[in-house]
Amino acid sequence: MPRKSIKIKPTVQYLSILNGKGKLDEKLDPRLDPQQSLSIYRLMLVARRLDERCIKLQRQGRIGTYGPCRGQEAVHCAASFVMDKDDWVVHAFREPGSFYHRGWPLERIIQFWGGYEEGCTPPPECNDLPIAVPIASQCPHAMGLAWAMKLRKDDHAVLCYCGDGGTSEGDFHEAMNFAGAYHLPLVMLVANNQWAISIPREHQTASETIAQKALAYGFDGIQIDGNDPLAVYVATKEAVDKAKSGGGPTLIEAVTYRLGVHTTADDPTKYRSDEEVKKWEKLDPIPRFQKYLVETGVLDDKKIEDIEKGVLQEVAEAVDRYEAGRDVDPLDCFDHVFAEMPAELVQQRAEFAACLEREGIGKGH
Amino acid sequence: MSSVESTILVPQSAAISEKKTGSGSMSMLNMVSALNLALDDALRTDDTVVLLGQDIGQDEGVFRVTADLLKRYGSDRVIDTPLAEAAIAGGAVGLALYGLKPVCEMQFSGFFYQAFHQVEQHIARFRNRTHGRFSMSMVLRMPYGGGIRAVEHHSESREAYFAHTPGLHMVIPSGPRNARALLLASIQSPDPVIFYEPKAVYRAFKEEVPDEHETMPIGKAHVARKGNDLTIISFGAMMRPVLEAVEEIEDQDSVSIEVVDLLSVSPLDTETIRESVSKTGRCVIVHEAARSCGIGAEVVARIVETSLMHLEAPIRRVTGFDVHFPYFARERAFLPGAERIAHAVREVLAF
Repeated sequence: MPRKSIKIKPTVQYLSILNGKGKLDEKLDPRLDPQQSLSIYRLMLVARRLDERCIKLQRQGRIGTYGPCRGQEAVHCAASFVMDKDDWVVHAFREPGSFYHRGWPLERIIQFWGGYEEGCTPPPECNDLPIAVPIASQCPHAMGLAWAMKLRKDDHAVLCYCGDGGTSEGDFHEAMNFAGAYHLPLVMLVANNQWAISIPREHQTASETIAQKALAYGFDGIQIDGNDPLAVYVATKEAVDKAKSGGGPTLIEAVTYRLGVHTTADDPTKYRSDEEVKKWEKLDPIPRFQKYLVETGVLDDKKIEDIEKGVLQEVAEAVDRYEAGRDVDPLDCFDHVFAEMPAELVQQRAEFAACLEREGIGKGH
Repeated sequence: MSSVESTILVPQSAAISEKKTGSGSMSMLNMVSALNLALDDALRTDDTVVLLGQDIGQDEGVFRVTADLLKRYGSDRVIDTPLAEAAIAGGAVGLALYGLKPVCEMQFSGFFYQAFHQVEQHIARFRNRTHGRFSMSMVLRMPYGGGIRAVEHHSESREAYFAHTPGLHMVIPSGPRNARALLLASIQSPDPVIFYEPKAVYRAFKEEVPDEHETMPIGKAHVARKGNDLTIISFGAMMRPVLEAVEEIEDQDSVSIEVVDLLSVSPLDTETIRESVSKTGRCVIVHEAARSCGIGAEVVARIVETSLMHLEAPIRRVTGFDVHFPYFARERAFLPGAERIAHAVREVLAF
């Protein structure tokens, strides 16, 4: 029998609504409520200003190594507006805007980087997972949550963040495969920021797009302009609606750029060019969205100034609250290892308490 | 130095502390059937329990531990998964966060490493990381140990990895009755439990197991045999050659040997160990896992910390060696048996 081609589903679209110059494709305009657009803008600004403040805090030794999200704000800030209270959001580590929008106090975001487990606890009733440090290890958790939703016949969905580097990890593959095999209500939102520390996207995988990886798992992938809040919102909404109505998982590849360092312990001048960064600065999501909102009358100079002032104030107050809560009791590292402390740990805790007293160490940091 | 008093307190694998009163009827079950009974009990009484693993449903599990359960409870409760240990363990994280109670089967303990990072990085840590806001109530059960002439990686004993990981409990039953009771207790635990099932014992013998629900506390060792002259501390599949050795010694020599079945490796029951070794003054520890940094090493440390002045002789460990478990042509020679154990016991008694 002669060779023939096996038809596979060739569904990888590209979606961009508001281009790099802030020009809108009218046909694709989601016609968001102006209040919602304003909220997305403000949230992106919170993420940006918190980020900038955290870098300063790190330089001052008031927090530890920090991983900024500069340039990627549209991905998590716009997507967050699609999720409701009963849905779950599973984070990687560059989504401060998402945490804030979902109800985490701003200072709690700072606490994680300041070296406090307290920074990992969602507020009550908040269906979020904290920062996951081992890359892509959160993907199976998101899949498991979606799996539970399906087993319980709840029509909620799970939004999971991951990076381009993370798509090389086995956990990403295994989670995606299960999501496809079980047809789960999972939306995997990959922020392709072009860099995994010093490894560029082209080096990470031979796939022409990350979005097409979904096809291998039997479901749809879409690539979008990740610096376009409208495209992020529309693609996420479509995927989440599909998930909730039994349509299964979707992979969204949000093409963006890590304008800053991988973390404050990183020196990108060793592996990438200033030219490249400057090229992507021009595609920064915040100025482009601001321009669009000014043109559509949602923002004006006064509003821009007020929002800026308000955001800076919020961030400053969060830093104050962070500082006020910095002294902690080292003994409590025993208290949450198990539901009930076993005898050996009770003994060790007492021994530790004696050490602390002898060494003159009380509450502190 | 010796006394002939020796009392077998209860059948080898008992030491049950919680038992619902009822008809008191018992069935003679091997370990596979006893585990099946526990899983059935859990699925029937707690609708948050879901079983997941490779080949556990339609095929009823490669050792038949999950026999009949898919038929009884359906594919939403007994779930056949693709071949992906990390997704089983990591997916279980998500299931547990949502309020389900996953009981995962890893087909062999030797393949569990494919999922190890999820256990170390998340399952053992979520409660601590979130100060109790989230918890990981789940069981990861897996057949462990040698003795069935299986190919490479199917005879592993790495309980030390789990005992060394904060945030996990680790349970190793030795017979049908305690396997059933401990599996139920593990499923009910609010914390994650690694449940090692000694596969060499799966069908080795039967004993009476109550029909009614029965559990036992995690973290409590069982004195399987009382004695005064020496304590043997062991667990899992090694309990059988240990008891065989003791029968032979007590038959020949006028000594009485106390046998402690650890049952739980994390938490380890220091108090029972201390009480026994303080009484007898001599100790031999037996495990099939490699010697260095094994559970035996931890037991020795605790004995020295709590009972040093009661010791009449150095503590001996009869264990697997610090080599990879051999392919099965060399297995029978390698595994500690009654003769090797008895030899060590006699040496310690003679010190």
